[in-house]
Amino acid sequence: MSRKQGRLKARFEQLAAEGRAGLVTFLTAGDPDREMSSAIIEGLPEAGADIIELGMPFTDPMADGPAIQASSIRALNAGQDMKATLAMVKSFREKDDDTPIVLMGYYNPIYIYGVDRFSEDAANAGVDGLIIVDIPPEEDAELREPANKAGIDLVRLTTPTSDEQRLPALMEGASGFIYYVSIAGVTGTKSAASSNVADAITRIQKFSDLPIAVGFGIKTPEQAAEIAKVADAAVVGSAIVQVIADNVANSDGIKDSPDLLKSVLKFVSELAQGVRTARS
Amino acid sequence: MTTSPIEKPNSFKALPDSDGHFGIYGGRYVAETLMPLILSVEKAYDEAQADPAFQAELDDYLKHYVGRPSPLYHARRLSEHLGGAKIYFKRDELNHTGAHKINNTMGQILLARRMGKERIIAETGAGQHGVATATVCALFGMKCVVYMGETDIARQAPNVFRMKLLGAEVIPVTSGSGTLKDAMNEALRDWVSNVDDTYYIIGTAAGPHPYPAMVRNFQKIIGEEVRQQMMEAEGRLPDSLIACIGGGSNAIGLFYDFLDDEDVAIYAVEAAGKGIETGEHAASLSAGAPGVLHGNRTYLLQDDDGQITEAHSISAGLDYPGIGPEHSWLHDSGRVNYVPITDDEALEAFQLCTQLEGIIPALEPSHALAHVGKLAPTLPEDHLLVMNMCGRGDKDVFTVAEALGVTL
Repeated sequence: MSRKQGRLKARFEQLAAEGRAGLVTFLTAGDPDREMSSAIIEGLPEAGADIIELGMPFTDPMADGPAIQASSIRALNAGQDMKATLAMVKSFREKDDDTPIVLMGYYNPIYIYGVDRFSEDAANAGVDGLIIVDIPPEEDAELREPANKAGIDLVRLTTPTSDEQRLPALMEGASGFIYYVSIAGVTGTKSAASSNVADAITRIQKFSDLPIAVGFGIKTPEQAAEIAKVADAAVVGSAIVQVIADNVANSDGIKDSPDLLKSVLKFVSELAQGVRTARS
Repeated sequence: MTTSPIEKPNSFKALPDSDGHFGIYGGRYVAETLMPLILSVEKAYDEAQADPAFQAELDDYLKHYVGRPSPLYHARRLSEHLGGAKIYFKRDELNHTGAHKINNTMGQILLARRMGKERIIAETGAGQHGVATATVCALFGMKCVVYMGETDIARQAPNVFRMKLLGAEVIPVTSGSGTLKDAMNEALRDWVSNVDDTYYIIGTAAGPHPYPAMVRNFQKIIGEEVRQQMMEAEGRLPDSLIACIGGGSNAIGLFYDFLDDEDVAIYAVEAAGKGIETGEHAASLSAGAPGVLHGNRTYLLQDDDGQITEAHSISAGLDYPGIGPEHSWLHDSGRVNYVPITDDEALEAFQLCTQLEGIIPALEPSHALAHVGKLAPTLPEDHLLVMNMCGRGDKDVFTVAEALGVTL
């Protein structure tokens, strides 16, 4: 399968040309099951997602709050594994060769898959970037080098605790974009004030020319719009995953809501509307 | 996954390197939010180590509050019963709070105070580390939050109440299997959310650098005392050392001072639960593979997809799917022999020790005792064997009663 170089770069250039920020949507691959998860992902670009972030489920998601923890468990219980996640990307690529896909998760499943084999298989499937929560720059060479060689960006994370002393080290070797974690905390909990986010972006821009996406704690179209005024992209995860949780079968014997797919995509459209009109 | 044996180093005591690696193990696999904090803990610890006043203050508390040195006791009746080696117990269960855990919590709370932190968090399995943390927090008037899996809360009720009496808030963790692994996830989530005022007292020689080395250094007093006490008692070094291992802090505490004494044989006992072959165990070295979890690379119980699998042990303190990174390295290097002991074998040793020596051991060192029972009869009478009695068993009487089918 042919692989187009630089989907992330092309997408951020396109967004800059349109004079707007992008919407990055997070879902856990295989949540609530592989078939539904694939259907949601395939509907995301039309609903207004500019970049797709796909979670690789893990048993011990230490940086995640309750919503994404639960999504990881749903996916694992439905039999999701790394091979299935890469197969989902590959099948998405058969229909969409433009929307960048970034895999997000924890290092152990990649380490066990093997960093070289993973990098090759992910690149062949059509993955553009990786966000690995528990591998800071001090440890990431063993993954970054094979990933970069295969044409995949390793996205570096910066946080409210990344001061000006640490930022240069974070930017060295960074590619794709910079992910600013806007709160000190886990996903889906508190939200940052947009003035603090604007200050952080100014600080990061002193050290990097890469686009900056902001995530953690963005739950509503209004909050996404606020962030879209100052950042290159707004990332929404837990709030989308929560829409899935609200529509899946529960222990009371109620089956998956027939509206699951529609509900998720409708919420994504609302977020996209917020992001797209933020600067007008 | 197979690991090739590593070349014999000049010293087994030279690691970790400056980035916290023991060979391929260890390191700092944490979220970026925590990195500046981890680096500041390392800096503060390095400064404390270089400050004689810090060590003097710690020594003073260890002597007058903890009750160190703990005795080295010749277990005559057990030695006679087993026939063979001369068995000594290092009596760390006589420390204040009843286990070795306080050696470490005392060191770390003094460090947290130096760093100006006001709030302490900890994870606990058996509750011994939670109690030891709540104790030093009470001593210094600091706020204490302990994360404990709900399964462990149910089987360690006395320790839960003890922590509450000491003023700690005990937060039940319901995710996963509700044991030590899940408590550690939740403690890390707390820390990442409260980076400004909170210090995390990790209870074992695991986690991101500098914890494995720091916890080892606070525990190595166990082995240093044994060396001196054995010289006084027998005029020579012990021939064998035995300790149980969950994360591995009591074991590395006993072993570390002897790692370069080639003639001292060293055994660490992993919890084999219902038997390695059943899959229900906590033997990460015997049946796991290297992976990355909780801030370090080390041997983990996991499946082919890199998902962490549930550990099982009758002993809550050993019920963890990983192990400290230095043990992974010592395993690969061949310096320490890691052996499995089942729940049933540990229960039998628990009863034997109680009846012959009048010492009720915790279920954790009962695993080490069970291996003593296997090893001692094969050894000559002049063989000096030291087992670390790292905790007392009062907390376990309900679990043991249930396992033996006794209603209290």
